[in-house]
Amino acid sequence: MPAFLRRPDPRALPALLWLVLFMVVPCLLLFAYAFFERGTWGGIVYTFTLGNFARVFDPLYAGVFLTSARIAATATAIALLIAYPAAYAISRAPRRRQPILLFFAVLPFWSNYLIRTYAWIVLLNREGLINSLLTSAGYTGEPLSMLYTEGAVIVGLVYNYLPFVILAIYSSLSRLDPQLAEASRDLGAGPVRTFLRVTLPMTLPGVAAGGVFIFVLSIGNFVTPALLGGGRFQMIGNLVYDQFLTANDWPFGAALGMILILLMLLLLTIQARLTDRAAGTRPPAREEAA
Amino acid sequence: MTQRITPSLPPLAPALAAIALIATAPATLAADLVISNWDGYMAPDIAETFKAATGLEVEIVNHATNEEIMGKLMASQGAGYDVVFVSSPFAEILNKQGLLAPIDHAAVPNIANLYPEAAALAYDPGATFAVPYAWGTTGLCYRSDLVEGTPDSWSALLQPADALKGKVTMLATDRWLMAAGLLAQGSSVNEADQAKIDAARDLLIEAKKSLLAYDDTTFYAKLVSGEASLVHAWDGWCNYGIAENADIRFAVPKEGSDLWVDTMVVMANGENRENAMKFLNFILDAGNHAWAAQNILYKVPNKAAMESLDPALLEQFPNMAITPAELAGYELMRDLGDAQPAFSRAVSEIKAAN
Repeated sequence: MPAFLRRPDPRALPALLWLVLFMVVPCLLLFAYAFFERGTWGGIVYTFTLGNFARVFDPLYAGVFLTSARIAATATAIALLIAYPAAYAISRAPRRRQPILLFFAVLPFWSNYLIRTYAWIVLLNREGLINSLLTSAGYTGEPLSMLYTEGAVIVGLVYNYLPFVILAIYSSLSRLDPQLAEASRDLGAGPVRTFLRVTLPMTLPGVAAGGVFIFVLSIGNFVTPALLGGGRFQMIGNLVYDQFLTANDWPFGAALGMILILLMLLLLTIQARLTDRAAGTRPPAREEAA
Repeated sequence: MTQRITPSLPPLAPALAAIALIATAPATLAADLVISNWDGYMAPDIAETFKAATGLEVEIVNHATNEEIMGKLMASQGAGYDVVFVSSPFAEILNKQGLLAPIDHAAVPNIANLYPEAAALAYDPGATFAVPYAWGTTGLCYRSDLVEGTPDSWSALLQPADALKGKVTMLATDRWLMAAGLLAQGSSVNEADQAKIDAARDLLIEAKKSLLAYDDTTFYAKLVSGEASLVHAWDGWCNYGIAENADIRFAVPKEGSDLWVDTMVVMANGENRENAMKFLNFILDAGNHAWAAQNILYKVPNKAAMESLDPALLEQFPNMAITPAELAGYELMRDLGDAQPAFSRAVSEIKAAN
């Protein structure tokens, strides 16, 4: 049991209570719902069943999981490829300029998620900004169909979650002692080798944190597939949404939700392990107060 | 609730207040009547005009979907609400659950304004538990300048001509999505036969290949922008497109369509049943009910209200002139009951298909 639970600081009580009430209790409720049967008119009939979990493995729903995982993994990979160089550049900028650069990286995040997503609709649709620009540049073919594709969904996910990924990687990079890279070079490693053998492994916790973050948020996302995918791509979040809001099948929605939560816990555990391992390889700069 | 919290309370107070707020049913405060409706579905000044007419204070809450308000009503058994606006299949469910109060026709004299067809709907002949508020059908909304001829069949949507491929949208809400496939094959919109549901599903999966998107909310805007040329649309929503582009038209496919009805019901466990009847009577007043037709561009089942409309409105929006007899000829959308899971699964299969 973590120390803060064994001997909670009274100042943490409001936050703990908040967490228990609005995070732990709802999750437990969801967990319980998943073992009962659906009421014909919505709600729950309290007859025990494992059928909801069995249904998750129905090829139809398993297929939705796989599609979601593929879309989320692609978004994660692209985001990491964009975020790492960006975070690297920010961490190498003059120290007093870093806050303003980070501010710009995070700026889009301060506008409403829906508005940001709608902006992509305005850009990508067949009569949209990009197609009009192409036309005025002399392009005469059929307008490009960019919206309502899997690519549009991925673009939306990457765009919306990129700031977090940059922040996560930046926080790893900025704590990296520049002398380590110098030492590596002094010992004869080239820049590529230094990056691959020193910088990258030591910032892996940040990469893992950012990656898990965008993957988990993407796989459960239901707004972006609905808006940018035009509802043509069913992701697991849409399936959960439909179970609760149109199919009146709360128990099955709960079972799907539990699987998502389990997946998230698994990924967070892996991420924590990575962080621990990286911490183990790091020279003890200062003794942490245990 | 909140007045009791004073600054001297310990830091737990905010959390406790939150629990207290959650534990309380919809705050009735001093209202004489609590109404739940879709946002924008009534005149924005309805509370003031109703108060001026009756002296009663009304509290209006909004729900975004039928399913949302159903969840709340099932949880509270209807307590805390007096009048609720729901689509007819949901009114049927509420009635089967015993949650509705009978409509007291003596207290709602304006019910005489309803068309005879509207008071004889199969789910509730005689308007005993639900009063129709708006009704209409579903069909094809299209750009007459971009579509050749009149698309008069569901196949125009499901097997579009080459020029329309990638330029059609369909409704995503399960009942209407399925209805398009079912009607195209001569099945019922309330089909319970698994083989026919499967056949409709297969047709809709095939149709997905030539679809631009599923769209329940912005399809008319896609017509206006030219992104889409032909969309699956509710009659009233097509009018929002027509208002912006006169080339947009509405057609009901020859295979037939559905009749949808949004209703007002009175909750049996509400505390203000008499006031609820007064509210129904107020809405059914020709002038008040006409507001919905004039502003939402939905047909209302109120003869006096429809006859009061400016003929220019019917001319600009021809589907406003669909007669009650024509509407009654479409198939009334009913609660699916035990067939609901089959529909839900078919819709999931359609949406997950690639």
